[in-house]
Amino acid sequence: MPASFGFNASDLIRFLPETILTVMGTLMMVLDPILHRRSSHAFGHMSIAALIAAIGGAVYAYTQAGPAFGGMLMVDGFATFFRVLVLVVGILTILPSYRFLARQDAETSEYHALLIFSIAGQCLMAAANDLIIVFIGLEISSIASYVLAGYFRDDKRSNEAALKYFLLGSFATAFFLYGVALIYGATGSVNLTAARAVILGQGPGGAAPAPVVIGVAAALMFVGLGFKVSAAPFQMWAPDVYQGAPTPVTAFLSAGPKAAAFAVFLRIFMTTFEPIGSGWEPLVWFSALLSMTIGNFAALLQTNIKRMLAYSSIAHAGYVLVALTARSQVGTAAAMFYLAAYALMNIGAFAAVSHLSGRGERYQNIEDFSGLGQKQPLTAAMLSIFLLSLIGVPLTGGFFGKFYIFKAALESHLVWLTVLGLLNSAVAAYYYLRILVMMYMREPGEAVENAEPLTPGLRAALILPALGTLLLGIFPTWVLEFAGKSAALVK
Amino acid sequence: MNLPTLILALPLAGFLIALLVPRSSPRGSRIWAIAISLATFAASLALPIVFDRGAPGEQLTLDVPWIATPNIHYHVAADGVGLWLVLLSTFLTPICVLISWRSVQKRVKEFYAFLLLLEFGLVGVFLAQDLFLFYVFWEVSLVPMYFLIGIWGHERRIYAAVKFFLFTMTGSVLMLAAIIYLYTRAQTFSYPAIVDMIWSGRLSFAPGEQMLLFLAFFAAFAIKVPIFPLHTWLPDAHVEAPVAGSVMLASVMLKMGTYGILHFCLPLFPSAARTCAPWIVVLAIVGIIYGALVAMVQPNMKKLVAYSSVSHLGFVVLGIFTFTQMGLDGAVYQMLNHGISTGALFVFVGLLYERRHSLEISDYGGVATAAPWLATAFLVTTLASIGLPMLNNFVGEFLVLQGAAIANFRWAIYAAIGVILSACYMLWMYQRVFYGEVKEEVRRRVADLNLREWAVVIPLIAMMVWMGVYSQTFLPPVSRTTARVLEQTQVNVPFQVRVEHPPRMPAEAADAR
Repeated sequence: MPASFGFNASDLIRFLPETILTVMGTLMMVLDPILHRRSSHAFGHMSIAALIAAIGGAVYAYTQAGPAFGGMLMVDGFATFFRVLVLVVGILTILPSYRFLARQDAETSEYHALLIFSIAGQCLMAAANDLIIVFIGLEISSIASYVLAGYFRDDKRSNEAALKYFLLGSFATAFFLYGVALIYGATGSVNLTAARAVILGQGPGGAAPAPVVIGVAAALMFVGLGFKVSAAPFQMWAPDVYQGAPTPVTAFLSAGPKAAAFAVFLRIFMTTFEPIGSGWEPLVWFSALLSMTIGNFAALLQTNIKRMLAYSSIAHAGYVLVALTARSQVGTAAAMFYLAAYALMNIGAFAAVSHLSGRGERYQNIEDFSGLGQKQPLTAAMLSIFLLSLIGVPLTGGFFGKFYIFKAALESHLVWLTVLGLLNSAVAAYYYLRILVMMYMREPGEAVENAEPLTPGLRAALILPALGTLLLGIFPTWVLEFAGKSAALVK
Repeated sequence: MNLPTLILALPLAGFLIALLVPRSSPRGSRIWAIAISLATFAASLALPIVFDRGAPGEQLTLDVPWIATPNIHYHVAADGVGLWLVLLSTFLTPICVLISWRSVQKRVKEFYAFLLLLEFGLVGVFLAQDLFLFYVFWEVSLVPMYFLIGIWGHERRIYAAVKFFLFTMTGSVLMLAAIIYLYTRAQTFSYPAIVDMIWSGRLSFAPGEQMLLFLAFFAAFAIKVPIFPLHTWLPDAHVEAPVAGSVMLASVMLKMGTYGILHFCLPLFPSAARTCAPWIVVLAIVGIIYGALVAMVQPNMKKLVAYSSVSHLGFVVLGIFTFTQMGLDGAVYQMLNHGISTGALFVFVGLLYERRHSLEISDYGGVATAAPWLATAFLVTTLASIGLPMLNNFVGEFLVLQGAAIANFRWAIYAAIGVILSACYMLWMYQRVFYGEVKEEVRRRVADLNLREWAVVIPLIAMMVWMGVYSQTFLPPVSRTTARVLEQTQVNVPFQVRVEHPPRMPAEAADAR
């Protein structure tokens, strides 16, 4: 622990996004009685303003890059990348939420405040350089998401989702905490950089701790984080939770907490546990392959689209784990790029699902997309872009991300993982194509006939991520260069 | 402006603008599609004019960086083979627009938009000189074809479209793995640079490594060609596709596979290609004979033409893997011939379907009485397809068989059986459809060609005659390029063609004359 704990200006600047979000979230709860009757959209607008301000804050913090609060936070390119990513995810969650919540008569300040708090936690996770901060961020993010998953109190599935998510989530957090305790015991520090130095035998004591202890700690943390990113074999909760949670919340869960958890995953495993990399590599290798295979093959059988996207999200976690298995700077950059591309395409796809789901989320089956191409060509075209990107067709972000991940894997000589991963993505094409088939090759069904026209919020929620997806696919250079520059985590 | 880039930009712009044409005006979509596809064709006509026929390498290059890390370039150029395949694509697109003028009535706007996107992808495949760019075009061409089959196809269109997509995608991802692996070794995606490295020995692979890379590329191409036994998607896709889809699929898309084998598999992995050659030749010959036999018993015209494609493409693959100048020239020429004559066959089948709404041979009979000009034009195409001298296929088949005879005389004998069989099934079909008793339905419904249809038929038949009579227009640049490929495949391989008197190359023969 750092000896002096004095605040200074640059520490506060580096902590700006979290501060903005916390203040605004609290403000919303306070203003609830005043604003609630005036305008039902006020909280949505406030949230978007808060998120945009936080993006500004994150960018400004990056101009003052460096450690904060005695090394507990590390505001670097990596942290900024993930902070901006989760903030953008937040905006894209709120845009379709306007119409979704109005349709269910469920516009409240809690929904937005919880979302903002959850994002604050994720921002903290992105910048955390200390296991305690990681844990605090993880808890802030998770507890808010547990509540969000059960936001529809009267809905059985929503309740089930929340309970399952909460119980299994707490269990996983406990595993993570065990790992933290072991690290503290073995190295005498919870700071990632300091612990790394001790593991390398460069600490104050000189001697390196027993590799077994460090290995067990890594394995325990792997379990905890593997749960958060829904990697196999810790993926069991995902389909039920994704199906039961309100659709915009599902979209959020599949992108925001996942990206933040991967940020932590990468930072811990590429700094503290980097010296014992050859030890955990087989573990991650196996988990990556298992996630891809289970995710893709189980998705083939689904009829509920949210469940299908849940399995697809498990598979995509597998692809990111492939990048982690590469254990290189290129691999880290690839994971960063992929998570950005994945967040955009997935959240866009969920926006289309939430648009079509109708009152009480009646329409959630893949058949319900029948004939969407005829009735709402714009929605169908945007969803097609997301699906093609999820398949990995060139000129989309999904393709380039996959390409970059497997390039990193081959550079680290992971030939079999690459081949199996790519074959997996051919399997995946089948279930994404089913939705395309429904939209364009079938006659309109009940859900599409009853679909409302697009509201401006939904239009933005579809068009913005689609543009982002194409931009990442056609001109990936900016994002790629930033990711490549920020991917050196060992300082 | 760089000419290949112009040829790519026109259909892409055409696609984007076609999306903006209002849905309420199908006529506007049609007119826009024909205008832009004719403009593309006109631009591509300049290609053989500015192309230096004497030089062997890529020409009209444009190479600008696209993505910095990894080092990906927008690198396009034309070589002697790609040149003609580009022309084939741009030639057939307006024909496809015209042939769909009446037969496509639903979602007209999207149809033509996808057709133009398809043209963009296909042309790009033949022009790309950067492996990543090549893969991009390769996959991009898949998407519009998927929709063309799936939306505008016949009853089992969805099954056919999904099958087509999944087969191709499986092959493609293996190729993607190999492309990335090549990059990690060569640190570049530039095709000419990699070939140069391999040729000069700066980049070499262990035998096992080379074999796996070869097989990964070959799998993608073999599915696309398709080589027996990977052909099962083809009859489904052809039968279910709308006419324009069938034409583009048979005439151009299958050539992506054979072009890929010639352009990538041979120069990049010469010794693996030579090692595998005998096995691949066996598959090619099996394909030739099997395709022909299955075609013979088809009751459905489209399926018959589809299986005949399997047979004809077998000749192309056989020609390539003879590793002789004649065989390679013949293979390339046969790619173009098949594009014209099978494209034409699908057009005619489409014309018959438009009139009688059936693809079953047994529903026809006596069409020659009802529609004499249609019958005559079909006859010319049939004769071209079975390799009658003076028409295009004869030249290609002859060269392939000669190449095969040089490499191994037995191959030529087996392949020649395919030629005989093709005469059987094509003429038999012709007889059953056009001669015999005139069926009442046929007399009532089958009208002769109209002006728009003449506009489709005449260019096709003119090309068959031109390519059959004066192959010198086309062959010299092809020979220059294939000669270079052949030279590149000699790298690191102790291999000699066993001939006492090396035959003269067609190009030399022309010079001598």
